Amino acid sequence: MDFNDTPQEAAFRAEVKAWLAEHAAEYAHKPATPWSEQEFVARARAWQAKKAAAGYAGIRQPVAVGGRGGTDMEAIIFEIEEAKYHVPVGPVVSIGQNMVLTVIHKHGTEEQQKKFIDPTIKGELLWCQLFSEPGAGSDLAAVRTRAVRDGDHWILNGQKVWSSWAHHSDWGILIARSDPSVVKHKGLTFFVVDMKTPGIDVRPIRQISGESDFNETFLTDVRIPDSCRIGAVGEGWACAMTVLSSERLGSGGLEDVDSIKRLIGLAKATPSDQGSALDNAAIRERIAQLHAMEQGQMNFHYRLLTRISKGEMVGAEASTIKYAYAQRLQQIGGFAMEIQGLAGTVIDGDAAATAGFHADYIWSSAMRIAGGADEVILNQIAERVLGMPGEIRGDKNVPFDQLK
Amino acid sequence: MNFDLSDDQKMLAEQARKMLEEMSPPDRLREIIEAKSGFDPELWSALGELGFLGAAIPEEFGGLSLSLLELAVLAEEMGRSNAAVPFFSSIVLAARTIELAGTQAQKETWLPRLASGETIATFAYGEGPGNITPAGVRCEFANGVLSGTKSPVSDLAIADIAVVLCRTATGPALALVELDQDGVSRQALTSFDELRLHGALTLNNAKAALLDQGDAAAIFDQLLNAAAVITAFEQVGGTEACLYMARDYAMERQIFGRQLASYQAIKHRLANLYVKLELARSNAMYAAWTLVNDRPDQAQAVAAARISALEAFEFGARENLQIHGGIGYTFEANCHFYYRRERLLAAALGNRTHWADRAISALSA
Repeated sequence: MDFNDTPQEAAFRAEVKAWLAEHAAEYAHKPATPWSEQEFVARARAWQAKKAAAGYAGIRQPVAVGGRGGTDMEAIIFEIEEAKYHVPVGPVVSIGQNMVLTVIHKHGTEEQQKKFIDPTIKGELLWCQLFSEPGAGSDLAAVRTRAVRDGDHWILNGQKVWSSWAHHSDWGILIARSDPSVVKHKGLTFFVVDMKTPGIDVRPIRQISGESDFNETFLTDVRIPDSCRIGAVGEGWACAMTVLSSERLGSGGLEDVDSIKRLIGLAKATPSDQGSALDNAAIRERIAQLHAMEQGQMNFHYRLLTRISKGEMVGAEASTIKYAYAQRLQQIGGFAMEIQGLAGTVIDGDAAATAGFHADYIWSSAMRIAGGADEVILNQIAERVLGMPGEIRGDKNVPFDQLK
Repeated sequence: MNFDLSDDQKMLAEQARKMLEEMSPPDRLREIIEAKSGFDPELWSALGELGFLGAAIPEEFGGLSLSLLELAVLAEEMGRSNAAVPFFSSIVLAARTIELAGTQAQKETWLPRLASGETIATFAYGEGPGNITPAGVRCEFANGVLSGTKSPVSDLAIADIAVVLCRTATGPALALVELDQDGVSRQALTSFDELRLHGALTLNNAKAALLDQGDAAAIFDQLLNAAAVITAFEQVGGTEACLYMARDYAMERQIFGRQLASYQAIKHRLANLYVKLELARSNAMYAAWTLVNDRPDQAQAVAAARISALEAFEFGARENLQIHGGIGYTFEANCHFYYRRERLLAAALGNRTHWADRAISALSA
């Protein structure tokens, strides 16, 4: 057992550190002056192009498709080192890098791979995900957006929701119902859609965080060529599964955020009748418990990375990472406010620390739902890891158009 | 990074697991409880013969010169089977102390006998309710003899010798006392864990020898960290046993026309237990690595391991019994072994509050 980098990983880390030290500052933002959304997106493209030119884009993707052909561990080492700089990264770029490259590489034709993969790696094409609908979130196979064949084209009608950065994306990946007369997951087809196609109307959703990076996307008689179909007609569910399982092991939660040290700092700075809040046994116990939770989540993540690096298949237990990470953010962020009492609910004094906890607490509420809701993850662990029976379903073996 | 046990360690675990399954099945545990002995001598001999007891004892003293990780792997299997042997007292605590603080002569005298299992040792640290601190002990060593009371002491009735946390005129100390002598009296105490019995040790000018090759308080602190990590592995083994026992029961049991395991409340309970188990296991592995490699973050890593293992086993032991329904409350079922062992492991090395203090001290240093 060894937590240190292997010689190969250490060499890669050193190389990456040096490269970032030389190039990242130019693309990073100064904390006091955040960019507008437009500026963020433009810089995100530029940073992606810069990484691609240096061979640091698509680290996990095969060389055959323009990637680096590197390991998961190398991709994570890069992300962790990159996270030390405030560079413009996020879903607007990562959806393309992770989800789109994977699905087009696996299910796309040679022509589609030529058309989309290289520009995506270079940041020339930014992508959004048009999957969820108001009536189909956890139950994604229940999508209603309709795709009707019309000669060499398809006509799309429907409504998508929760599309990150759709208002800035060039293309979108989309699942639609091509055949309502069969059971729900057999009548789906996968497409890529040019977001400039007439009939696509993107409307931002105002989130509780104040931001609007999620959108509703309305599709009204959107006409796309059959060359935008990925995989066979009716193969949409398999393509969707490729996308969903590609988002497994990133570096989220492994960055060195020092949240426990910040909690301790807050407690020390908070007066109490015993001296400071840190002298209070109940607070010490809670902080220690959160420390154990945070360490457990990170250590578990590293254990899975080791298994993957040895070529092992990792299954539903990988969802434990996001499940535990969301818990950790919500509990730590929430407790930070309790430690300070009322003053913990305003941003004054140590603004960066408090603002960070406020943001974590808000975002964690979404993280418990997005990318596999807690309850779905627990079902999957129970069923696929522990071998327990599946849920009773009301729509099994019923053609979609016969469902209530 | 290689966050995994080595192939040898995995083989050791497999070997220990098979042996414990064969020699220490649930019915055997029931026999031992009814005999009121808290001890399985056949199993103890077998562990000695296979070299498991001496795993981390240096070869020059009859051991295998392996590491804390091998002890941890063995402890996990003992936790899984809930075995009734004084592995923890004799090897993890007492033998380790003799190795850290004993003279060459003391090591030569005792370690081989502990490695073979022919001598059973225990470690007497507590003196009644409250947390264990070297500064607070009252049992006193002076002029070659020990006087005072140590209680509760694990495996006291079957032990031949005891390592005792005591004090001299100058401060905390560690002493070794042979228990078969006039100045020693032992009183059995009704023990919550029926498979690891405890007693009260009264010392009245009992002849003893100091283990003084090092600072006692520092050695005790080091010992506590190692003990906490090995206990964490034992807790992980017990938690996993509870998880799969509950799962197996729920798969068999039918209620309102379907498997108990098909109810979401049960599925989610066990999925949550799985998450707690794996987080605890991950922390225990990391903490063991920090100790073996003397890493600067070892204190907070060990505290995290103890806290998460405690939480996981607490949840596992309780919910395993709960999921079994009424049958879980019977002696004939196997839930009670873990339900009792879990509380002992939660309390023995200091409670949650004590370890929270250790974590915060390390993190705010």
